[in-house]
Amino acid sequence: MMNKKHLVLLASAGAITLAGVATAQADTLEDTLERGAVQCGVSDGLPGFSSPDDEGNWQGLDVDVCRAVAAAVLGDAEAVNYISLNAVERFTALQSGEVDVLSRNTTWTTTRDTTLGLNFTGVNFYDGQGFMVSRDLGISSASELDGAAICIQSGTTTELNLADYFRANGMEFDPIVFDTSEQTVGGFQAGRCDVLTSDTSQLAALRIQLDDPSSAMILPDVISKEPLGPVVRQGDDVWLNIVKWSLFAMINGEEYGVTSENAEEMLNSDNPDVARLLGQDGNYGEGMGLEADWAYNILSQVGNYGESFERNVGMGSPLEIERGVNALWNQGGFQYAPPIR
Amino acid sequence: MIHNQTIIKERPAPSSSVGAVAWLRANLFNGPINTIFTLIGLYVLYFLVVPTVQWAFLNADWIGTTRDDCSREGACWVFINARFTQFIYGLYPREEIWRANIVFAGFFTLIAWLAIPRLPFKRWVAVFALVGFPIVAYVLLHGGYFDLPRVSTHRWGGLMLTLLLATVGMVGALPIGIVLALGRRSDMPIVKSFCVVFIEFWRGVPLITVLFMASVMLPLFLPSEMNVDRLVRALIGLTLFQSAYMAEVIRGGLQAIPKGQEEAAAALGMTYWKRMGLIVLPQALKMMIPGIVNTFISLFKDTTLVMIIGLFDLLGIVQAALADSRWLGFSLEGYVFAAFMFWIFCFSMSRYSQYLERKLHTGHKR
Repeated sequence: MMNKKHLVLLASAGAITLAGVATAQADTLEDTLERGAVQCGVSDGLPGFSSPDDEGNWQGLDVDVCRAVAAAVLGDAEAVNYISLNAVERFTALQSGEVDVLSRNTTWTTTRDTTLGLNFTGVNFYDGQGFMVSRDLGISSASELDGAAICIQSGTTTELNLADYFRANGMEFDPIVFDTSEQTVGGFQAGRCDVLTSDTSQLAALRIQLDDPSSAMILPDVISKEPLGPVVRQGDDVWLNIVKWSLFAMINGEEYGVTSENAEEMLNSDNPDVARLLGQDGNYGEGMGLEADWAYNILSQVGNYGESFERNVGMGSPLEIERGVNALWNQGGFQYAPPIR
Repeated sequence: MIHNQTIIKERPAPSSSVGAVAWLRANLFNGPINTIFTLIGLYVLYFLVVPTVQWAFLNADWIGTTRDDCSREGACWVFINARFTQFIYGLYPREEIWRANIVFAGFFTLIAWLAIPRLPFKRWVAVFALVGFPIVAYVLLHGGYFDLPRVSTHRWGGLMLTLLLATVGMVGALPIGIVLALGRRSDMPIVKSFCVVFIEFWRGVPLITVLFMASVMLPLFLPSEMNVDRLVRALIGLTLFQSAYMAEVIRGGLQAIPKGQEEAAAALGMTYWKRMGLIVLPQALKMMIPGIVNTFISLFKDTTLVMIIGLFDLLGIVQAALADSRWLGFSLEGYVFAAFMFWIFCFSMSRYSQYLERKLHTGHKR
């Protein structure tokens, strides 16, 4: 017993020291330029966020962050080595230097930001737990769910959030727990529950798997905060800035109306914000060690945030997720990027 | 006397004792209990087979490129069709697939050459298969030499990766297993205790833990400039793990050889390696074919566990494809396809081992 304890202690001490060494060294930008590709960690398959398409190319909202960073740093959005990571190994892969950006629907929490030697660089999707109900029920708000039978996938924080929400609102519910998402959909379809709960990004994917997707609707209520965003290693502030501003450039691009189609025309724009964004007025990439056209490369090759959203998870995709809180700040959402100047 | 007797002409057996009817009567309806069981069996079969055939063939959709081509009444094989290249080669770049094809062709040719008894030069082919071919395969698949573009192992996947993991695992585990088994029976205390500790350690931990340690913990212990490829880590873990099991299977075979065999060989003045290589091992390995193949088949199926360290083996790539928002909801088709592919390979291994047993049969069986 004692021995085992010692071993574990020794192992974790070693792990921490070495992780420390890994964070202290490294000029990630230089390494990336030398390698000619960004090492990007993505999910091993999450509808709309990262999955290989029929041709074997990665695509999704999280994947577009990797592509944006590659476009900014190397001028080529395709210069990415995608490394698929599961939920457990994702932070180790980042700490050990196997990946330089982790863009894998990772929720930004205090613990992760402060104790793992990592930094979150922003939020590319404001997720949260929501509800899907059968249209026949005629329910329009989560507050009408008292006494409902609710299908949940076991072992997730979803279960806890749900209990908290119902207790806080003085309502009762009857949980029906399944092991996998397929079984959960199956249970919902077979009518074993009135309501299915999961993160809103997942609900859309689950809804498609119903025999008749239009028979179910997703309620507007969101009962938990799950801000998802890219993560980098602590201790390399230049790289942190690059990843942070790559996402900001996409959001600013949408705000100023720069898209992948009109980026070239926009180079001649009179709007000073657009001129600064596209590197026509001053060189704002310099502070990060990038070329002046860093944001132009992102917007022309990957597109702005709105385009990426619509293409991967929004109305232009089978998932058909509403912009909702992910709309720009001036359109009723949370997406707000500091100005480039 | 004899010539006066009329010889009765040959007549066909009564229709009730030959043909299908007789067979049915003898095997399925000979008595009330068997008749009842037959009827119950037919009833169950009807309810299992008819919907399966309807789902998999009659109502299935075969042609098309998108999910809209599927009626959803039966299986949607369009999904498999659209993703087939990916299931075989993983995310290997499309324009480089010819390289993987050469390796596939070489791999199956070598196996066929070694398996078909009539073909000559077995020894040289075997040497090439074990020494030359892995180098050729590595150069072709990985690239970076002779102007071939480099293809990082992160892009390897599908059936190609499954076969690679299984083959390296088998080819590596058998010799290591033999050495460990001999070592465990050795009189030399250090060799013996090393082998015992090695075998018991690897047999004592689950494979999933080994893979996890290799993928999550190892990178933290190694200096960060020393980045061992993830596939290599998985291969080493898998091989060491399987060699421990192989060692015990082979030790079982060694123990079944009477001690007299070895003593007789020693009396003829044979050295240890000659006694083992010429007398004991050939007999032991032959007897252990079912056990060895058993281990191989379980290794083949265990390769799917690499999915948890983010490698896309056949099952992993099927699951990744299921997460494509354009193809949501076809998990049954995906899993049936994966199961079918695994069955083909495992069943072939099993048949080959039975053939091998018959071929090497020299009367030790009673």
